[in-house]
Amino acid sequence: MPQVSLTRRISTHESQSVTLLLIAVALSYLVLFLGLPLYAVFYQALSKGWKLYWEALKEPDALSAIKLTLLTAAIAVPANLVFGVAAAWAIAKFEFKGKSALITLIDLPFAVSPVVSGLIYVLLFGAQGWFGPWLQAHDIKLIFAVPGIVLATIFVTFPFIARELIPLMQAQGKEEEEAAISLGASGWQTFWRVTLPNIKWGLLYGVILCNARAMGEFGAVSVVSGHIRGMTNTMPLHVEILYNEYNFVAAFSVASLLALLALVTLVIKSLVEWRAKSNGNPLH
Amino acid sequence: MSITIENLNKQFGSHKALDDINLEVNSGELLALLGPSGCGKTSLLRIIGGLDVADAGKLLFHGEDVEQRDARERNVGFVFQHYALFRHMTVFENVAFGLRVKPKKERHNEAEIKRRVHELLNLVQLDWLHDRYPAQLSGGQRQRIALARALAVEPKILLLDEPFGALDAQVRKELRRWLRRLHDELHITSIFVTHDQEEALEVADRVVVMNKGRIEQIGTPDEVYAAPATPFVYQFIGNVNLFHSRDHAPWTEQHGDAVAYVRPHDIDINRTPQDDTALQVEVKLVRTIGSVVRVEVAADGSGELIEIELSRERYDATPLANGDKVFIRPRQFRVFDTGVKNELSAA
Repeated sequence: MPQVSLTRRISTHESQSVTLLLIAVALSYLVLFLGLPLYAVFYQALSKGWKLYWEALKEPDALSAIKLTLLTAAIAVPANLVFGVAAAWAIAKFEFKGKSALITLIDLPFAVSPVVSGLIYVLLFGAQGWFGPWLQAHDIKLIFAVPGIVLATIFVTFPFIARELIPLMQAQGKEEEEAAISLGASGWQTFWRVTLPNIKWGLLYGVILCNARAMGEFGAVSVVSGHIRGMTNTMPLHVEILYNEYNFVAAFSVASLLALLALVTLVIKSLVEWRAKSNGNPLH
Repeated sequence: MSITIENLNKQFGSHKALDDINLEVNSGELLALLGPSGCGKTSLLRIIGGLDVADAGKLLFHGEDVEQRDARERNVGFVFQHYALFRHMTVFENVAFGLRVKPKKERHNEAEIKRRVHELLNLVQLDWLHDRYPAQLSGGQRQRIALARALAVEPKILLLDEPFGALDAQVRKELRRWLRRLHDELHITSIFVTHDQEEALEVADRVVVMNKGRIEQIGTPDEVYAAPATPFVYQFIGNVNLFHSRDHAPWTEQHGDAVAYVRPHDIDINRTPQDDTALQVEVKLVRTIGSVVRVEVAADGSGELIEIELSRERYDATPLANGDKVFIRPRQFRVFDTGVKNELSAA
């Protein structure tokens, strides 16, 4: 009979060299694909000094792109906030026919390529589109104009908040709401005093992700915008135009703003996760 | 406040949750809805509380139809199995909730709210926890806070859904005695749902035994235990041995195809046959459990075990060993036919 070792290895503990190797692989991957590009963006933006960087940002077309991006996010995020809370509330707290169809529909923007969703808007509302003649007759301009950009952004970002809230609200159940109602609270009082406080960290988390995507969206917006400088250019589109004109410093300067936004988002996101955890309602 | 339920029906898909329920709850009584899971007892409670709607039937509070009133207008306190405390509020705010959401005209001022909440917290003996959050409390404490919260709005009716279901045995026992005492103090018409027969028999004034959406029996704890109305009640409340007329005719012979139901403590054991109806059995197992001795025997030629419970004194008079051949005879039993029931006493 062969000798059996009495000191068995614990299967979830790897030896130190394997642990180090795995960490090294993960770290170098991060540096190569996330750290280096980020560094390159800021390096390029500041390669000709702070003065040129600053000039590139306060140039009128750049300012207009920043404004449009902020405006788009300022409309898309609240719109999706209301929709997301309403949809999650309906799905998590009520039983109705077509519930799974609704969940699938909410996921649709994740499944469809942003360029395709932009094209759908052009097909529907463009000059040759289904509603094109009617819109023209009433002098409403959606495509190659700000409303189209806002619509496309809302479409692309609408799953973020709903998707964050649905599992959270399902896990919390509806007993607290029932308790509130049996204690005499109205529907609004129940929502403001019981439901909303219970989901506030998850909601904030969803808003942050939604906002980041709304500001950074390229594909769908690119199709419906028409790239009119100073009119229908958002920051990502403006970066592309500058880059194609070989104006690297300006392109990377605007890009660095977007990168900065991403970094701020990450920090806030970690803060929210940390707060939520220390409040005893982990998000995931 | 009394509650009258007439011909209540509720269907979930193809499942009949409540099948023609008729029930009268007297003002000030503590009533238990007892039954196995899925028997419809929680559905009935939720319909009374306005959290669910019946498909058909009448629901009256003190003679007044409340069907059209929704939960917030029924003035009913509801205590949930898993407490349903508001997790982001302190104990104080939980109890104060019902007072704070009242319409402006009826709302008390802050000092009055404070006084009432502390009074309720004292009533449930947990005032010292007023600034804690629900997550920091034990199960028993949470349930008492949930009760205080329900009482804050001065309900005319108190509904409790498996109030002790999620607690461990020791806490359950304490809490149900406490609930009984509290009810004796407050005299609010109360209905509580439970699947635990011991709990129902110990706490309630009357017990409603339910099965498959129907009421099997309504009676005092004594009545449902001593005189079960149906085979189901016999089997659900307490242990019981069944003797089928096919296997042992003498106890059921006048009834054709029937079954005799005998409680384990209603069986005598003797070394010699008591009379010609006695059944010869072999002792299979003897176990002493606290103050009682449980004996399992099997009739000759039958593998089916018969359970007998003897008091210590009784057992000491005739000690038994595994393999002993003895005779058993029921002191009291009940025969159920298909639909027809007859009470017989062998003594």
